Amino acid sequence: MSRLRWAIPLAVLPVIALLAYGFWTDPRGEVKSPLIGKPAAPFTLSTFTGTPVSLEGLRGRVVLVNFWASWCIPACYEEAPVLQEVWRDYERRGLAVVGINVQDKDDAARKFMEQFGFTFPNAMDVGGKVAVNYGVYGVPETFLIDKKGRIRERKVGAVDAEALRGHVERLLAESS
Amino acid sequence: MRRAAAVFGLVMAVGVLGSGLALAAAPVDEQTVHAIATQLRCVVCQSLSVADSPSETAHQMRDIIRERLAAGETPDQVTAYFVARYGDWILLAPPRRGFTLLVWVVPFVGLALGLVVVAVAVRRWSRVSAGRAAAPAPEVDAATRERIRREMAEGGP
Repeated sequence: MSRLRWAIPLAVLPVIALLAYGFWTDPRGEVKSPLIGKPAAPFTLSTFTGTPVSLEGLRGRVVLVNFWASWCIPACYEEAPVLQEVWRDYERRGLAVVGINVQDKDDAARKFMEQFGFTFPNAMDVGGKVAVNYGVYGVPETFLIDKKGRIRERKVGAVDAEALRGHVERLLAESS
Repeated sequence: MRRAAAVFGLVMAVGVLGSGLALAAAPVDEQTVHAIATQLRCVVCQSLSVADSPSETAHQMRDIIRERLAAGETPDQVTAYFVARYGDWILLAPPRRGFTLLVWVVPFVGLALGLVVVAVAVRRWSRVSAGRAAAPAPEVDAATRERIRREMAEGGP
Protein backbone atom coordinates (compact mmCIF):
# COMPACT_ATOMS: atom_id res chain seq x y z
CA MET A 1 0.00 0.00 0.00
CA SER A 2 2.89 2.42 0.73
CA ARG A 3 4.16 1.79 -2.78
CA LEU A 4 0.79 2.83 -4.24
CA ARG A 5 0.90 6.11 -2.31
CA TRP A 6 3.89 7.14 -4.45
CA ALA A 7 2.31 5.88 -7.65
CA ILE A 8 -0.47 8.49 -7.64
CA PRO A 9 1.71 11.66 -7.67
CA LEU A 10 4.09 9.92 -10.07
CA ALA A 11 1.23 9.31 -12.48
CA VAL A 12 0.08 12.94 -12.24
CA LEU A 13 3.55 14.39 -12.98
CA PRO A 14 3.69 13.53 -16.71
CA VAL A 15 0.19 14.98 -17.17
CA ILE A 16 1.25 18.25 -15.50
CA ALA A 17 4.43 18.32 -17.59
CA LEU A 18 2.42 17.83 -20.79
CA LEU A 19 -0.05 20.58 -19.86
CA ALA A 20 2.79 22.94 -18.91
CA TYR A 21 4.44 22.33 -22.28
CA GLY A 22 1.15 22.94 -24.09
CA PHE A 23 0.33 26.17 -22.28
CA TRP A 24 3.81 27.63 -22.67
CA THR A 25 4.09 26.86 -26.36
CA ASP A 26 2.96 29.46 -28.86
CA PRO A 27 0.41 27.57 -30.98
CA ARG A 28 1.53 29.39 -34.13
CA GLY A 29 5.16 30.33 -33.57
CA GLU A 30 6.33 26.74 -33.48
CA VAL A 31 4.63 25.72 -36.68
CA LYS A 32 7.08 25.18 -39.51
CA SER A 33 5.85 25.97 -42.98
CA PRO A 34 5.79 22.86 -45.17
CA LEU A 35 6.49 25.19 -48.10
CA ILE A 36 10.18 25.84 -47.35
CA GLY A 37 12.24 24.46 -50.23
CA LYS A 38 9.14 24.01 -52.41
CA PRO A 39 8.43 25.95 -55.60
CA ALA A 40 6.64 29.21 -54.81
CA ALA A 41 3.02 29.32 -55.98
CA PRO A 42 2.66 31.51 -59.06
CA PHE A 43 0.43 34.56 -58.92
CA THR A 44 -0.63 37.37 -61.18
CA LEU A 45 -2.14 40.42 -59.57
CA SER A 46 -2.96 43.96 -60.59
CA THR A 47 -0.97 46.54 -58.66
CA PHE A 48 -2.42 49.70 -57.13
CA THR A 49 -0.96 51.62 -60.06
CA GLY A 50 -2.80 49.36 -62.49
CA THR A 51 0.10 47.38 -63.91
CA PRO A 52 0.14 43.59 -63.62
CA VAL A 53 2.73 41.88 -61.46
CA SER A 54 3.40 38.16 -61.68
CA LEU A 55 5.89 35.86 -60.06
CA GLU A 56 6.50 34.29 -63.45
CA GLY A 57 7.69 37.67 -64.73
CA LEU A 58 10.32 37.79 -61.96
CA ARG A 59 11.82 34.38 -62.68
CA GLY A 60 15.58 34.28 -62.20
CA ARG A 61 15.53 37.00 -59.55
CA VAL A 62 15.48 36.78 -55.79
CA VAL A 63 11.95 37.80 -54.81
CA LEU A 64 10.76 39.09 -51.47
CA VAL A 65 7.02 38.65 -51.08
CA ASN A 66 5.51 40.54 -48.16
CA PHE A 67 1.91 40.16 -47.01
CA TRP A 68 0.64 43.24 -45.22
CA ALA A 69 -2.44 45.24 -44.26
CA SER A 70 -3.00 48.80 -43.10
CA TRP A 71 -4.93 47.54 -40.06
CA CYS A 72 -2.00 45.41 -38.91
CA ILE A 73 -0.74 47.50 -36.00
CA PRO A 74 2.05 47.77 -35.00
CA ALA A 75 4.00 45.02 -36.80
CA CYS A 76 3.29 46.14 -40.39
CA TYR A 77 4.10 49.74 -39.48
CA GLU A 78 7.35 48.65 -37.81
CA GLU A 79 8.62 46.69 -40.78
CA ALA A 80 7.40 48.95 -43.61
CA PRO A 81 10.46 51.29 -43.49
CA VAL A 82 12.75 48.23 -43.44
CA LEU A 83 11.11 46.77 -46.56
CA GLN A 84 11.40 50.05 -48.47
CA GLU A 85 15.04 50.39 -47.36
CA VAL A 86 15.96 46.84 -48.35
CA TRP A 87 14.24 47.31 -51.72
CA ARG A 88 16.13 50.57 -52.32
CA ASP A 89 19.49 49.03 -51.33
CA TYR A 90 19.18 45.78 -53.29
CA GLU A 91 17.07 46.73 -56.29
CA ARG A 92 20.12 47.31 -58.45
CA ARG A 93 21.57 43.97 -57.44
CA GLY A 94 18.51 42.16 -58.72
CA LEU A 95 16.18 41.86 -55.74
CA ALA A 96 12.48 42.11 -56.51
CA VAL A 97 10.05 43.10 -53.78
CA VAL A 98 6.31 42.52 -54.09
CA GLY A 99 3.89 43.73 -51.46
CA ILE A 100 0.63 41.81 -51.22
CA ASN A 101 -2.13 43.64 -49.42
CA VAL A 102 -4.71 41.42 -47.74
CA GLN A 103 -8.23 42.05 -46.44
CA ASP A 104 -7.87 45.78 -46.70
CA LYS A 105 -9.73 48.81 -47.97
CA ASP A 106 -8.34 50.44 -51.08
CA ASP A 107 -8.01 53.96 -49.63
CA ALA A 108 -6.50 52.74 -46.33
CA ALA A 109 -3.95 50.63 -48.24
CA ARG A 110 -3.02 53.56 -50.49
CA LYS A 111 -2.58 55.81 -47.46
CA PHE A 112 -0.26 53.23 -45.88
CA MET A 113 1.92 52.99 -49.02
CA GLU A 114 2.04 56.78 -49.23
CA GLN A 115 3.02 57.08 -45.57
CA PHE A 116 6.06 54.84 -46.08
CA GLY A 117 6.82 55.96 -49.63
CA PHE A 118 6.66 52.45 -51.09
CA THR A 119 8.21 52.36 -54.55
CA PHE A 120 8.07 48.60 -55.10
CA PRO A 121 4.96 47.02 -56.68
CA ASN A 122 2.04 46.40 -54.33
CA ALA A 123 -1.17 44.61 -55.17
CA MET A 124 -4.35 43.68 -53.39
CA ASP A 125 -5.07 39.97 -52.95
CA VAL A 126 -8.82 40.04 -53.52
CA GLY A 127 -10.38 36.80 -52.24
CA GLY A 128 -7.23 35.90 -50.32
CA LYS A 129 -6.17 33.12 -52.70
CA VAL A 130 -2.52 34.11 -52.90
CA ALA A 131 -2.29 34.32 -49.11
CA VAL A 132 -3.76 30.82 -48.68
CA ASN A 133 -1.47 29.52 -51.44
CA TYR A 134 1.45 30.69 -49.32
CA GLY A 135 -0.02 29.27 -46.13
CA VAL A 136 -0.29 32.70 -44.56
CA TYR A 137 -1.70 32.80 -41.02
CA GLY A 138 -1.81 36.54 -40.58
CA VAL A 139 -0.01 39.73 -41.41
CA PRO A 140 2.74 40.55 -41.69
CA GLU A 141 4.36 37.52 -43.24
CA THR A 142 7.39 37.62 -45.49
CA PHE A 143 8.74 35.04 -47.93
CA LEU A 144 12.05 34.96 -49.74
CA ILE A 145 12.08 33.14 -53.06
CA ASP A 146 15.39 32.16 -54.63
CA LYS A 147 16.46 32.54 -58.26
CA LYS A 148 15.13 29.07 -59.03
CA GLY A 149 11.67 30.03 -57.76
CA ARG A 150 11.75 28.08 -54.50
CA ILE A 151 10.58 29.43 -51.15
CA ARG A 152 13.68 29.62 -48.97
CA GLU A 153 12.79 31.77 -45.98
CA ARG A 154 9.61 32.63 -44.21
CA LYS A 155 9.17 35.18 -41.46
CA VAL A 156 5.98 35.47 -39.43
CA GLY A 157 5.71 38.91 -37.85
CA ALA A 158 7.74 42.04 -38.50
CA VAL A 159 11.02 41.43 -40.33
CA ASP A 160 14.32 42.04 -38.60
CA ALA A 161 16.46 44.35 -40.75
CA GLU A 162 19.78 42.60 -40.07
CA ALA A 163 18.44 39.07 -40.52
CA LEU A 164 16.60 40.05 -43.70
CA ARG A 165 19.68 41.67 -45.23
CA GLY A 166 21.69 38.56 -44.39
CA HIS A 167 19.19 36.27 -46.14
CA VAL A 168 18.94 38.57 -49.17
CA GLU A 169 22.75 38.75 -49.50
CA ARG A 170 23.01 34.99 -49.30
CA LEU A 171 20.32 34.32 -51.90
CA LEU A 172 21.68 37.01 -54.26
CA ALA A 173 25.09 35.36 -54.09
CA GLU A 174 23.69 32.02 -55.30
CA SER A 175 23.93 31.21 -58.98
CA SER A 176 20.66 31.07 -60.86
CA MET B 1 -29.30 43.78 -90.07
CA ARG B 2 -32.32 42.89 -87.98
CA ARG B 3 -31.72 39.28 -88.84
CA ALA B 4 -28.14 39.52 -87.74
CA ALA B 5 -29.28 41.00 -84.45
CA ALA B 6 -31.77 38.17 -84.01
CA VAL B 7 -29.10 35.57 -84.69
CA PHE B 8 -26.79 37.33 -82.26
CA GLY B 9 -29.54 37.36 -79.65
CA LEU B 10 -30.17 33.68 -80.18
CA VAL B 11 -26.48 32.87 -79.86
CA MET B 12 -26.31 34.89 -76.66
CA ALA B 13 -29.40 33.16 -75.28
CA VAL B 14 -27.97 29.74 -76.06
CA GLY B 15 -24.67 30.79 -74.52
CA VAL B 16 -26.28 32.00 -71.30
CA LEU B 17 -28.49 28.91 -71.14
CA GLY B 18 -25.48 26.71 -71.80
CA SER B 19 -23.38 28.27 -69.04
CA GLY B 20 -26.41 28.04 -66.76
CA LEU B 21 -26.68 24.34 -67.51
CA ALA B 22 -22.95 23.88 -66.98
CA LEU B 23 -23.28 25.49 -63.55
CA ALA B 24 -26.30 23.33 -62.75
CA ALA B 25 -24.43 20.23 -63.92
CA ALA B 26 -21.77 20.62 -61.21
CA PRO B 27 -23.54 22.01 -58.17
CA VAL B 28 -21.44 22.33 -55.09
CA ASP B 29 -23.09 20.71 -52.14
CA GLU B 30 -23.01 23.23 -49.30
CA GLN B 31 -23.01 20.37 -46.81
CA THR B 32 -19.76 19.10 -48.34
CA VAL B 33 -18.28 22.60 -48.07
CA HIS B 34 -19.39 22.70 -44.44
CA ALA B 35 -18.04 19.21 -43.73
CA ILE B 36 -14.58 20.16 -45.06
CA ALA B 37 -14.66 23.52 -43.28
CA THR B 38 -15.37 21.87 -39.90
CA GLN B 39 -12.17 19.83 -40.23
CA LEU B 40 -9.99 22.86 -40.92
CA ARG B 41 -8.61 25.20 -38.31
CA CYS B 42 -9.39 28.86 -38.81
CA VAL B 43 -5.86 30.24 -39.12
CA VAL B 44 -6.55 33.59 -37.46
CA CYS B 45 -8.61 32.20 -34.57
CA GLN B 46 -7.94 30.28 -31.39
CA SER B 47 -9.41 26.79 -31.63
CA LEU B 48 -12.20 27.55 -34.08
CA SER B 49 -12.95 25.74 -37.29
CA VAL B 50 -13.25 27.44 -40.66
CA ALA B 51 -16.96 26.53 -40.55
CA ASP B 52 -17.56 28.23 -37.20
CA SER B 53 -15.47 31.37 -37.55
CA PRO B 54 -17.09 34.61 -38.70
CA SER B 55 -13.69 36.05 -39.70
CA GLU B 56 -13.00 37.21 -43.22
CA THR B 57 -10.13 34.75 -43.56
CA ALA B 58 -12.46 31.85 -42.77
CA HIS B 59 -14.99 33.25 -45.22
CA GLN B 60 -12.32 33.37 -47.92
CA MET B 61 -11.26 29.83 -47.09
CA ARG B 62 -14.85 28.61 -47.43
CA ASP B 63 -14.97 30.30 -50.85
CA ILE B 64 -11.77 28.50 -51.82
CA ILE B 65 -13.24 25.15 -50.68
CA ARG B 66 -16.38 25.84 -52.74
CA GLU B 67 -14.35 26.82 -55.80
CA ARG B 68 -12.11 23.78 -55.66
CA LEU B 69 -15.11 21.46 -55.29
CA ALA B 70 -16.76 23.20 -58.24
CA ALA B 71 -13.58 22.59 -60.23
CA GLY B 72 -14.12 18.87 -59.64
CA GLU B 73 -11.81 18.15 -56.71
CA THR B 74 -12.80 15.54 -54.15
CA PRO B 75 -13.15 16.57 -50.47
CA ASP B 76 -9.89 14.72 -49.74
CA GLN B 77 -8.08 16.66 -52.44
CA VAL B 78 -9.40 19.95 -51.04
CA THR B 79 -8.21 19.04 -47.54
CA ALA B 80 -4.84 17.96 -48.95
CA TYR B 81 -4.52 21.35 -50.66
CA PHE B 82 -4.71 23.09 -47.28
CA VAL B 83 -2.46 20.56 -45.53
CA ALA B 84 0.21 21.05 -48.23
CA ARG B 85 0.29 24.77 -47.38
CA TYR B 86 -0.28 24.86 -43.64
CA GLY B 87 0.88 21.41 -42.58
CA ASP B 88 -1.07 19.03 -40.33
CA TRP B 89 -1.59 22.03 -38.04
CA ILE B 90 -4.55 23.07 -40.20
CA LEU B 91 -6.43 19.88 -39.27
CA LEU B 92 -8.47 20.21 -36.09
CA ALA B 93 -8.24 16.45 -35.52
CA PRO B 94 -4.61 15.26 -35.48
CA PRO B 95 -3.88 12.62 -38.12
CA ARG B 96 -4.01 8.99 -36.95
CA ARG B 97 -0.41 8.21 -37.78
CA GLY B 98 3.08 8.97 -36.52
CA PHE B 99 3.49 10.94 -33.30
CA THR B 100 -0.09 12.27 -33.24
CA LEU B 101 -1.40 8.70 -33.25
CA LEU B 102 -0.56 8.82 -29.53
CA VAL B 103 -3.36 11.35 -29.00
CA TRP B 104 -5.84 8.78 -30.28
CA VAL B 105 -4.36 5.77 -28.50
CA VAL B 106 -3.32 7.09 -25.07
CA PRO B 107 -6.86 7.78 -23.73
CA PHE B 108 -7.92 4.20 -24.47
CA VAL B 109 -4.73 2.77 -22.98
CA GLY B 110 -5.31 4.95 -19.92
CA LEU B 111 -8.91 3.78 -19.64
CA ALA B 112 -7.83 0.13 -19.89
CA LEU B 113 -5.12 0.62 -17.25
CA GLY B 114 -7.62 2.38 -14.98
CA LEU B 115 -10.09 -0.47 -15.33
CA VAL B 116 -7.35 -2.99 -14.42
CA VAL B 117 -6.43 -0.92 -11.33
CA VAL B 118 -10.09 -0.69 -10.26
CA ALA B 119 -10.63 -4.41 -10.82
CA VAL B 120 -7.56 -5.33 -8.74
CA ALA B 121 -8.54 -2.89 -5.96
CA VAL B 122 -12.13 -4.12 -5.82
CA ARG B 123 -10.98 -7.73 -5.60
CA ARG B 124 -8.53 -6.90 -2.82
CA TRP B 125 -11.12 -4.97 -0.80
CA SER B 126 -13.79 -7.65 -1.15
CA ARG B 127 -11.27 -10.25 0.07
CA VAL B 128 -10.46 -8.10 3.14
CA SER B 129 -14.12 -7.56 4.06
CA ALA B 130 -14.91 -11.24 3.45
CA GLY B 131 -12.07 -12.11 5.85
CA ARG B 132 -13.52 -9.72 8.40
CA ALA B 133 -17.03 -11.19 8.12
CA ALA B 134 -15.68 -14.69 8.68
CA ALA B 135 -13.94 -13.67 11.91
CA PRO B 136 -15.75 -14.83 15.11
CA ALA B 137 -17.69 -12.25 17.06
CA PRO B 138 -15.75 -10.91 20.04
CA GLU B 139 -16.53 -12.44 23.43
CA VAL B 140 -18.78 -10.39 25.73
CA ASP B 141 -18.61 -11.25 29.40
CA ALA B 142 -21.70 -11.81 31.51
CA ALA B 143 -21.43 -8.49 33.39
CA THR B 144 -21.37 -6.42 30.18
CA ARG B 145 -24.27 -8.40 28.73
CA GLU B 146 -26.26 -7.70 31.87
CA ARG B 147 -25.48 -3.96 31.61
CA ILE B 148 -26.56 -3.77 27.95
CA ARG B 149 -29.81 -5.56 28.79
CA ARG B 150 -30.52 -3.18 31.67
CA GLU B 151 -29.76 -0.01 29.68
CA MET B 152 -31.93 -1.13 26.77
CA ALA B 153 -34.81 -1.86 29.13
CA GLU B 154 -34.47 1.63 30.65
CA GLY B 155 -34.75 3.14 27.20
CA GLY B 156 -31.35 4.80 27.23
CA PRO B 157 -29.97 7.66 29.33
